[in-house]
Amino acid sequence: MTPAEATAKETSMSDPHPPYLHPPYKSTVLRAPSQPLVMPAYGPDAIEQSSPVFGHAELNPLDDDLTSQHAGDPLGERIVVTGRVLDSAGRPVPNTLVEVWQANASGRYVHLVDQHPAPLDPNFTGAGRCITDAGGRYRFVTIKPGAYPWKNHENAWRPAHIHFSVFGTAFSQRLVTQMYFPGDPLFALDPIFGSIADEKARERLIARFDIGTTVPEWALGYQWDIVLGATPMEE
Amino acid sequence: MSIQTATPSQTVGPFFAFGLPYADGPSVVPEWHPDSIRVHGRVLDGAGEPVPDALVEIWQAGPDGRAPVAEGALVRDGHAFAGFGRCPTDGAGHYWFSTLRPGGAAPHIAVTVFARGLLKPVLTRVYFPGEPGNEADPVLSAVPANRRGTLVAVREGDRSYRFDVRFQGDEETVFFAA
Repeated sequence: MTPAEATAKETSMSDPHPPYLHPPYKSTVLRAPSQPLVMPAYGPDAIEQSSPVFGHAELNPLDDDLTSQHAGDPLGERIVVTGRVLDSAGRPVPNTLVEVWQANASGRYVHLVDQHPAPLDPNFTGAGRCITDAGGRYRFVTIKPGAYPWKNHENAWRPAHIHFSVFGTAFSQRLVTQMYFPGDPLFALDPIFGSIADEKARERLIARFDIGTTVPEWALGYQWDIVLGATPMEE
Repeated sequence: MSIQTATPSQTVGPFFAFGLPYADGPSVVPEWHPDSIRVHGRVLDGAGEPVPDALVEIWQAGPDGRAPVAEGALVRDGHAFAGFGRCPTDGAGHYWFSTLRPGGAAPHIAVTVFARGLLKPVLTRVYFPGEPGNEADPVLSAVPANRRGTLVAVREGDRSYRFDVRFQGDEETVFFAA
């Protein structure tokens, strides 16, 4: 075994990510790469070891409050979603960009392709951005998204989720994922959630209801930490 | 050594268009910049069909060969070089960027592609044709020789380069492990 092959093997044993090819999720069949990934021989100065820098001034003050982006209040259950972005050693990642997008309370996206016959909400777009604070913390105020049907298979429904996009300190750490809500009855039926083989890894996508985060008389609170992969140098 | 296991990836899905793309995303530098180059191409699936719902991101060194440290990739001021670009594919699977040619011995641009049907992104690099430094580049030379060409853009005149991303097939693009 060459060192590259040994590294690949080690990585696969601890790799929490889904495979590219997961036939129960039909769209993977023609899109999953079929050739083995190449282990990149990144040097210490490789561009993938660094990440774009986003400034607080590039965001609007209401970008992290998805309930305040229109004239009126959106329909649905107001929630606070907060947590920390951590590196693989558990250290907070400050000043990194976190982006979210989601369906409204009825399970409808503001997207022309979404044909689900559920109502749009004129007071809810469902997209937000924030930059983590010195402790690596992000915080969004939003509406709990609804479940929605899709055409992957007969009677297919996605569990309620919020899409997250995170940068980190190395471009190779770039993460796009989905945060789910505890106790969703659709988990066992969803081929996207189920694409992650390891149960403990799947559970890391489920936010935790937290009464301490809940704002009295106003919004329920959820906590969800995001752990980025090791950078090439850490490996 | 890692003490925390990473949060697993999930697909970007089909509905990111109102959340992730932004007006100046593809214009890493304005197209009127005298040194701007165009890097563009199509994203194609295993049937050779265009992928109309992919999101392509690039990250690159400036002409000095260094990773940019300037803010301003979201709100461009037309002058600072922030080195990051984001472009969704159109109905024909096409993406484009206006940027500067990176410096360095073997100039290259890091590329990440997200799409419905990709449970995790694919990572690749765009190299430029005819660069004498390509042969000695450690990343490019670690790629099997018969697949190396998939990482080299096609020159289309002085300031335009074409780079197609193929998820599968005989000319499948080389993708790197994260």
